[in-house]
Amino acid sequence: MVEEEGFQRYLAHIILWIGIAIVAFPVYLAIVASTQDNAVIANGQMSLLPGGHFLETYYQTLFVGTSGSTREPVLNMMLNSLVMALLIAVGKIAISIISAYAIVYFRFPFRMAIFWIIFITLMLPVEVRIYPTYKIVADLHLLDSYAGLSLPLIASATATLLFRQFFMTVPDELLEASRIDGAGPFRFFWDTLLPLSRTNMAALFVILFILGWNQYLWPLLITTRDDMQTIQVGIRKMITTTDALTEWPVVMATALLAMLPPVFVVVVMQKLFVRGLVETEK
Amino acid sequence: MQKQAIFQSKLLPYALVAPQLAIVLVFFYWPAAQAVIQSFLLQDAFGLSTSFVWFENYLELFKDPAYFAAIIRTFAFSFAIAVSSLSFALLLAVMADKPLRGSTLYRTLLIWPYAVAPPVVGVLWVFMLHPSLGVLSRYLRAMGVDWNPLLDGDQAAALIILAAAWKQISYNFLFFLAGLQSIPKSVIEAAAIDGARPMRRFWTVIFPLLSPTIFFLLVINIVYAFFDTFGIIDTMTRGGPGKATETLVYKVYTDGLLGGNLGSSAAQSVILMVIVVVLTGIQFRFVERKVTY
Repeated sequence: MVEEEGFQRYLAHIILWIGIAIVAFPVYLAIVASTQDNAVIANGQMSLLPGGHFLETYYQTLFVGTSGSTREPVLNMMLNSLVMALLIAVGKIAISIISAYAIVYFRFPFRMAIFWIIFITLMLPVEVRIYPTYKIVADLHLLDSYAGLSLPLIASATATLLFRQFFMTVPDELLEASRIDGAGPFRFFWDTLLPLSRTNMAALFVILFILGWNQYLWPLLITTRDDMQTIQVGIRKMITTTDALTEWPVVMATALLAMLPPVFVVVVMQKLFVRGLVETEK
Repeated sequence: MQKQAIFQSKLLPYALVAPQLAIVLVFFYWPAAQAVIQSFLLQDAFGLSTSFVWFENYLELFKDPAYFAAIIRTFAFSFAIAVSSLSFALLLAVMADKPLRGSTLYRTLLIWPYAVAPPVVGVLWVFMLHPSLGVLSRYLRAMGVDWNPLLDGDQAAALIILAAAWKQISYNFLFFLAGLQSIPKSVIEAAAIDGARPMRRFWTVIFPLLSPTIFFLLVINIVYAFFDTFGIIDTMTRGGPGKATETLVYKVYTDGLLGGNLGSSAAQSVILMVIVVVLTGIQFRFVERKVTY
């Protein structure tokens, strides 16, 4: 055993708590600010302890929105974000798992060509092709729609590669056994492969949900109607108005509401999250 | 690598790959091709006629001192973000790797910022360090710092780097912790028996064994700094003051938004694509080497 002197151990605890404090401080500040009076904050006199405006701020944020130009309830923005995140996560998993199934379990002309066509998309994030993609989405009349929000973000290969890798590790005996039972490609996929892929799908879902919920640049470009904006876009519009008019308690409440679902997912499904993170980066 | 047991079917495999292929072709290859074609074209001021101009858009970009400055700035940001975030995360991971009571709690309390979206990170930090109402600005001014990131470009850049590094700590921490845990305990014990003190053990044994993880994270962090900082910059500084925080991605966005020069914007996109491909190539090469290692 490597000896760990008492002092070393105390030092480790102290450093870790300092790290946690640094990481948590901006969020603590947001919690405090969301419960205080805007006039006090705007004066630069904000206290570091929670105030008494919790209920009214969150009620206004969720159901009314800011009193300024973009009067859109944050609950509606959260709903848009939720739909977009779910469409991206479920859509990507669905189309990827079946194409990986075809590539691994069938032999057909152009199989490798198709694999490479999909594989190359791994390399380019949506940020580098925003305007041409915008034009195509506009031409297809998909601006301000959930399809327009999610489809371009589904076009990537991470999930396909992951399922391909996983299918390669599934023993061939399983397929032979189910063939003897008279199962065709659909039955084998549904009864054998899908149940085996459950953990992989869950881990992937966690990562894709977080990535989808946190999308910013793309929704910013293609949503023009207030009632279609996601929470990440909505929060930026709240601080666009001149400084003096920014309603900081509402902005901070929105920031907290925006991070609540993905942080909740990370903390509660930590094992799946770590697994998904490590696997998608391979 | 090929499966031995396979299905026979002529049409089914095509039907299975069709949805993904369609989406990839329409929303990936088509726009990427458009960007490349567009980058060779020049449109007149009224958008009435376009002409093929070879590499003129690219040459214009490289002659433009503003673009050159944006390249330098983006790399400087990436380097600063990567180094500060990596070193802080490594310190925390080394501490969390020790057999401490409550180590799972520590991990939970350190990984959640991964889930915070870049624009939200921007909002949190801009509020904390706002020149007139920020809580930390009070202390900075009390210490005699003339703090105003809305006017001072260097301070704005520091703000962006801090916020972006903050978000990336959790990611780096997780991968460092995994890397540390995969180092065989016997190696560290052997060093301890040879009488190496903890600090020496870290620099001569643990750090070299961790170098694959460090290199991997360096590439990931640079890619992150290139692309994912858009939301942070857009909520905090909008590329300003002046152009002090305008990165390459942000420049593509603003140049295209003004709609002035489609050819130039497309050429910028293509240059970005090349940068990503090179970075990804480095990463793949390296990952391959790690496998054979």
